[in-house]
Amino acid sequence: MSGQTLYDKLWQSHLVRQRDDGSALIYIDRHLIHEVTSPQAFEGLRMAGRKPWRLDANLAVPDHNVPTERVERSGGVAAIADPVSRLQVQTLDDNCRDFDIVEFEINDVRQGIVHVVGPEQGATLPGMTVVCGDSHTSTHGALGALAHGIGTSEVEHVLATQCLIQQKMKNMLVRIDGRLQPGVLAKDVVLAVIGEIGTAGGSGYAIEFGGEVVRNMSMEGRMTMCNMSIEAGARMGMVAVDDTTLEYVKGRPYAPRGAMWERAEQAWRELRSDDHAHFDRVVVLRGEDIKPQVTWGTSPEMVLPIDGCLPDPANIENATERAAVERALHYMGLQAGMPITAIRPDRVFIGSCTNSRIEDLRAAAAVVRGKRVAASLKQALVVPGSGQVKKQAEAEGLDKVFIEAGMEWREPGCSMCLAMNADKLGQGEHCASTSNRNFEGRQGFGGRTHLVSPAMAAAAAIAGHFVDVRDW
Amino acid sequence: MKSFVAERGVVAPMDRANVDTDLIIPKQFLKSIRRSGFGPHLFDDLRYLDEGQPGQDCSKRPVNPDFPLNQPRYQGASILLARENFGCGSSREHAPWALEDHGFRCIIAPSFADIFYNNCFKNGILPIVLDEHVVDTLFRELYANEGYELTVDLEEQQVTTPNGDIYSFEVDEFRRHCLLKGLDDIGLTLEDADAIRAYELGSRERSPWLFDVIR
Repeated sequence: MSGQTLYDKLWQSHLVRQRDDGSALIYIDRHLIHEVTSPQAFEGLRMAGRKPWRLDANLAVPDHNVPTERVERSGGVAAIADPVSRLQVQTLDDNCRDFDIVEFEINDVRQGIVHVVGPEQGATLPGMTVVCGDSHTSTHGALGALAHGIGTSEVEHVLATQCLIQQKMKNMLVRIDGRLQPGVLAKDVVLAVIGEIGTAGGSGYAIEFGGEVVRNMSMEGRMTMCNMSIEAGARMGMVAVDDTTLEYVKGRPYAPRGAMWERAEQAWRELRSDDHAHFDRVVVLRGEDIKPQVTWGTSPEMVLPIDGCLPDPANIENATERAAVERALHYMGLQAGMPITAIRPDRVFIGSCTNSRIEDLRAAAAVVRGKRVAASLKQALVVPGSGQVKKQAEAEGLDKVFIEAGMEWREPGCSMCLAMNADKLGQGEHCASTSNRNFEGRQGFGGRTHLVSPAMAAAAAIAGHFVDVRDW
Repeated sequence: MKSFVAERGVVAPMDRANVDTDLIIPKQFLKSIRRSGFGPHLFDDLRYLDEGQPGQDCSKRPVNPDFPLNQPRYQGASILLARENFGCGSSREHAPWALEDHGFRCIIAPSFADIFYNNCFKNGILPIVLDEHVVDTLFRELYANEGYELTVDLEEQQVTTPNGDIYSFEVDEFRRHCLLKGLDDIGLTLEDADAIRAYELGSRERSPWLFDVIR
């Protein structure tokens, strides 16, 4: 008999009821809430006269709209200059107060990007089902949790019932064997995976990341990988629990302590796929083969190693694919065949739920220490993922490293990853960005995003064009 | 929720793969705290030549004449014909809200991104998966025939073309049932309230660290 995968186990342990029609009622342990996808859900509850099913399962934090400039930020919600953003953040505060939900407000030191805050506070734990009205909820799968994004109707559904109606996904194992070269980070690994399976490759699957590279990876690296499962089409990515997981979780504010910790640890040690578990698809990459990655186009699958050259549509047979490459080259203002190293960013963004944790900032600071950003650069933003990350970075003097290099050190939030606040690209500008999506207009109307690791973004900021951080 | 039984309507093309939800409704419109009014900003970056702002009057903006939704032949379309992985990226339900607000009741594509697919059913929109070669055929017929219409029948699970070709599609039973009846699935789930409470009691016993921590 074949064993169970990690996903099978998490699914099974949260099954409230299997229905005859193939759907299942799945219990949700943790619901994270932010200001963008929740107002209509709270309004729905009000209109139907419903109350949240279980208050202590919820945690809210504003992140998408918050200003990152210190002056605007210091005045709190009332000082947000954009009235539409201000109303949205204020609405979250009002809803959390009305419904009695715990919220880390805008200038609470625990505030930050929801997917940085959850693991950091121990609000998301191994073995949990975690949802949030945000597709990057897959991040929390790094803890050995079943975590995925949902729409606003489901936000309302979870608030009202603590459950979701789900269909079981298929299982995919993405195994990275061997070791990574120095300078190659988790971001490069996940971009290489997306390059391999495509942006729809994980559709219909829950991905488990495994292999020696993932086992040797820090929790923050695993979060970066799980974060971008959605860019490979998979709603959820996860990693089995091991000592690294347990060491990370222990002592977090909302993590269990004492005798409760002992019990939890025992349960969490089971959170791995059985030896003979069946995966519907297995993808294997060799760690040694992975080079630093840079996206050149308008989909995360349009990615190349740093020593690559842009594709030529003339060599592509499939018409839809050829049209996509032509359109991407045109939108990006780039020429077929040009080397990645010839691309010159106008701005650099280090931040987002993918890469704004302390290790990301350390990796970027190590590259820029004692250097100055290129004169051609209009702006280099460093936006820590949370108040706690900011505090830690400042304690280590990283803020000074960035500022002395000519970069801007900001207040925590989603910032230029999706440009809902004032941090955005101008039309036609190229950005070396540690975020997760290079879609048209994502970082600003007409903006051109290149997704890279924090070390690669930092190196591009100094050099003025993309360079191989392995040679740094 | 609006029910969906059958729809006969003009078809509009969205002839590119991997259409992401940022493209369907750009981020600046997500600042709205309402559920309606997104239709004029559907595909905003493609539809207009300028950068859209929330709350503006779109009738005065310069439109992109090359974009199908701006062309007379596709006015009033209620069915969108699309390519693979439609709706990828962000989970924003504002994407189906914008499609619905613009008048689309049905989207046909070779594949959809998982979250978007699910979000459609919550908003009375039927996403239909048809084989890639069938979608290719439909695109050819659509471009060749002005005023091209399709008939979509959810009860029969069939798409019928003007010349009588019939294509069957799959949809899982629960979603089909909810969409046909326009059911509020929160209400349905709450019928299982006892089962949820029983699960919670067991979970509290097995994993007490999951309860009463955040408050």
